[in-house]
Amino acid sequence: MRAPALEARGLTLTWNGSDVIVRDVSLVVEQGEVVCLVGRSGCGKTTILHALSGLTQPLEGQVLLHGEDVTGQPGHVSYMLQKDLLLPSKRIIDNVCLPLVIGGMRRDEARAKAEPLFERFGLAGSEGKWPSELSGGMRQRAAFLRTYLLGADVTLLDEPFSALDAITRVDVRHWFCGMARELRLSAFVITHDVDEAVSMASRVYVLGGVQQGEPSRIVGEVAVDRVTDAGEQFELTPEFLAAKREVMRLLA
Amino acid sequence: MSIQSVEGESSRRRRRVVIPALTTLGILVVWQVVVQVGLVPNYLLPTPVQVIDALVGDVALLAGHAATTLVEAAIGLALGVALGFAMAVLMDRFEGFYLAFEPLMTISQTIPTVAIAPLLVLWFGYGLAPKVVLVVISTFFPITVSLVSGFQSVDPDMIDLMRTMRASRWQVFWQVKMPAAADQFFSGLRISATYAIVGAVIAEWLGGFSGLGVYMTRVRKSFSYDRMFAVIIIISALSLALMKLVDVLQRVLMPWKRAEGKQS
Repeated sequence: MRAPALEARGLTLTWNGSDVIVRDVSLVVEQGEVVCLVGRSGCGKTTILHALSGLTQPLEGQVLLHGEDVTGQPGHVSYMLQKDLLLPSKRIIDNVCLPLVIGGMRRDEARAKAEPLFERFGLAGSEGKWPSELSGGMRQRAAFLRTYLLGADVTLLDEPFSALDAITRVDVRHWFCGMARELRLSAFVITHDVDEAVSMASRVYVLGGVQQGEPSRIVGEVAVDRVTDAGEQFELTPEFLAAKREVMRLLA
Repeated sequence: MSIQSVEGESSRRRRRVVIPALTTLGILVVWQVVVQVGLVPNYLLPTPVQVIDALVGDVALLAGHAATTLVEAAIGLALGVALGFAMAVLMDRFEGFYLAFEPLMTISQTIPTVAIAPLLVLWFGYGLAPKVVLVVISTFFPITVSLVSGFQSVDPDMIDLMRTMRASRWQVFWQVKMPAAADQFFSGLRISATYAIVGAVIAEWLGGFSGLGVYMTRVRKSFSYDRMFAVIIIISALSLALMKLVDVLQRVLMPWKRAEGKQS
């Protein structure tokens, strides 16, 4: 059997090396699958993402990428945050090229590689603009293109749309889901928005605490029965509501 | 942008020039009248007209002295910026270095330049060296402080993002920290530029053969206060010109700043 794209085994994580805030978290992202993790604010979602990305070392447990141990080693997965983190001093084209340039590619080479993707990412015409000249939705698309150009097999997304206004958020989310399918992206998304999680993912992990002050753990996993031809109407289907109800029950 | 707001913008800009210009003119007229009618005796205070006369009469001589001062200020400022930059980079990179030098640096700024200038003359003589040293001492500090706080203004999430791209420390510095500190660096440089001229003049007071400070000491000793004011005008003009130069430099080197300005 092929190893999953990303796997976490028994992660126990601390905040600043002292208090345990997440205990024994195991999860799997298969190749080409979008998986969400929902939980209340402050329950340790970002801490989990930091551990998965290798930015922090877990107290216990392992992170595996295609079966290979990458625990505590950054640079193996792409990472996208709520903030677009575009550098104000670089034009959009150079912002999205950043991972390529950092990887040692010449600037003109990197631009040549990135330019054809602008249209596909809905960014045509913005190559030479400064980040301050773009709308929030466009900036987030640019951040996603930058993430994509890092070229890692797995993408981690930390509340990627929550800084956007409600209408833009839904648009960008639908766009992202389309892109994820098209690019066969293996993505792990954390969010506190149940609707968002259910509408994006094929599976949703629910992170919760047994009691207030206890470390969080995964309290359940909900498979979302995706009605393939519902498209953007999926959020109006009974399947969507059933999954949402189950997630809400686990969160309560 | 509507036509009306364009008009509003240009009239606001006009007011920004006209109002201070009229105020200055008013003060000059009052000054002229007060001295001319004898409320303040002329041997204590020259009239603005006398000051202009002195400035025009001595212009060739003043230009020579100004050139000396400008050279001292420029060399000192360049070295001060280099030193300030090096200090800031080391302080940002090594916490130990920061802890070791931050208090000393702050204390160094509480020492009045007028007090150390005679020592510098004693140690380095009457030539260029003591002036340059004094300018370096008074200009590196604003550069270091502004750069250090600029480096620290970087979002830690941005550093994390760079780490997920496997960026080296050097890449983080050039791609993220330097541009983030640029704005504050130029604010520091603007302050340092004015300190540079003043520092050079103060050093010249205490010994030298040429320079605006030397000229100032001479005219003070001969009680020609009209020329005293003339040289003050030159010093102000040089400081303003240097500040303007920094503004131009900033506009050229930070093109994204203009785009941000247009947005807000």
